Amino acid sequence: MLLEVDDLEIRYGRVPAVRDVSFSVGEGEIVCFVGPNGAGKSTTMLAVAGVLHPAKGAIRFDARPLDGNAIETIVANGIALVPEGRRIFGRMSVRENLAVASGLRGGLGRTGGALDRVLELFPILRERYQSPAGFLSGGEQQQLAIARALLTQPRLLVVDEPSLGLAPKYVELVFETFSRIRSEGVTLLIVEQSVRRALKFADRVYFLRSGRIVLEGSASTLAERTDLEHIYFGEESRP
Amino acid sequence: MNQIQLLADAVSLGSIYALVALGIGLIFGVMRMINFAHGDLIMLGAYALVLPTAADFAPPLIGAWPAVAMIAAIIAIVAFAALLTERFAFRPLRRREVDGATLLISSFAISYLLQSIVLFVHTGRPKSVSIFPALMRQVELAGIRISLVDVVTVAATALLLLALGVFLRRARPGLEVRAAAEDFIMARLLGVKADRVIALAFALSGGLAGVVSLLYVSKTGVLDFQMGVPLAVAGFVGTVVGGMGSLLGAVLGGFALGVASTLLQALLPEALQPSRDAFLYGLVILVLFFRPQGLFAPRAMGERI
Repeated sequence: MLLEVDDLEIRYGRVPAVRDVSFSVGEGEIVCFVGPNGAGKSTTMLAVAGVLHPAKGAIRFDARPLDGNAIETIVANGIALVPEGRRIFGRMSVRENLAVASGLRGGLGRTGGALDRVLELFPILRERYQSPAGFLSGGEQQQLAIARALLTQPRLLVVDEPSLGLAPKYVELVFETFSRIRSEGVTLLIVEQSVRRALKFADRVYFLRSGRIVLEGSASTLAERTDLEHIYFGEESRP
Repeated sequence: MNQIQLLADAVSLGSIYALVALGIGLIFGVMRMINFAHGDLIMLGAYALVLPTAADFAPPLIGAWPAVAMIAAIIAIVAFAALLTERFAFRPLRRREVDGATLLISSFAISYLLQSIVLFVHTGRPKSVSIFPALMRQVELAGIRISLVDVVTVAATALLLLALGVFLRRARPGLEVRAAAEDFIMARLLGVKADRVIALAFALSGGLAGVVSLLYVSKTGVLDFQMGVPLAVAGFVGTVVGGMGSLLGAVLGGFALGVASTLLQALLPEALQPSRDAFLYGLVILVLFFRPQGLFAPRAMGERI
């Protein structure tokens, strides 16, 4: 397994936001986390990227424990997070946004073709290369956020709610891109609100509710179940 | 008083305040910390010009060196001192992820520490020192007579701002400082090293403080262990008026404060002159009442996780 998380607990102050969360992501997989707002999806992703520190539990990447590592060390080890809300540098140009991310590997000029591949994935960024990133549309900003993360040349790309606030045509585009990114050997962990979309694009899906994993399985198995909506929203669905 | 000279004084003090505000703004940008010790770094740079002694007269030491060596040495000393405060005071706190208030309090502690060290070495009596005596004469610019030191102050400030602007726009480390100022966590998520970018901000801020030491002492010729405090307050107010989180805002805010301060001093009726600062800061309150985000603030500041 590329990423293994055991018994994760994360607290905001004294309140646990996530408890007893265990999951894994295998090399080359696309794994989706679904669940309603406040379920703890983003919290879990921030812990994987090292932004939040677990109160309990272990996170291992490529069989090595991550706890205590600085955020930038975790990125250098191969985990890139596209956080919720995209968080592009709005006062900097598209090029500068990409340049920040390429620093890890020696700058924009030395990405060994990675910049070209990223601009091929997201041609709009080539067109808007010198524009201030703050002037891009939401969909374009999302593409920039993903492109930027890819330039750190990760083995695991974690994307938090890529479809949030996007027009439907962009959502399709972004998810199509994930399949292409996977075909280049990058593993993906994606947070998604839509169960339907998660089942369509992911290999495996975890359902998170109130800080716990309530269901997991392969997308093909889960697609056959009829009680997913109940599990998602938390009404008592089990007999 | 000669009105042109008044204007020169205003622009000159505005320039000094702009440099102080920029030094405070740089660190606030990447760390969201207000470094009140910034003024005391300026004070330290000023005292570094003379021989450490408890005697009433401190002969110039670095202050007697050739100009280029003196400027380089003072800038280097203050930048180094700024780096020391970062390494041994702020970094350990940052590691524990303390909040901005704790950092602010610790910057007060550094401020008092630096003052106490100088007080211990030099005693509390103000001392005089003369550097660049050639700057004290009047020059004629386009038929107008003004002090050369003011011309040099304004020119040096303009040059520094330009150089810093180019560095932040063009150089790789400058790019990282800007990214960190806009969204620190996000910059780290893209591989920007937190320690390095913060150390760079402190070095730049310290370098600016060193320049202010030189410009300020050239003009006043006085060393006082508390000389940095009003400068830090002015710089801080400048960044607030300009808009916290914007470097250009800090520069413009500091500049506006210096100009307003000088003009008030000259234009207020004599009976009201002792309460100049009351008018000045009344003006500041008025500005913030109508524009609480500052005059030149960026859009909503990014929330930091």
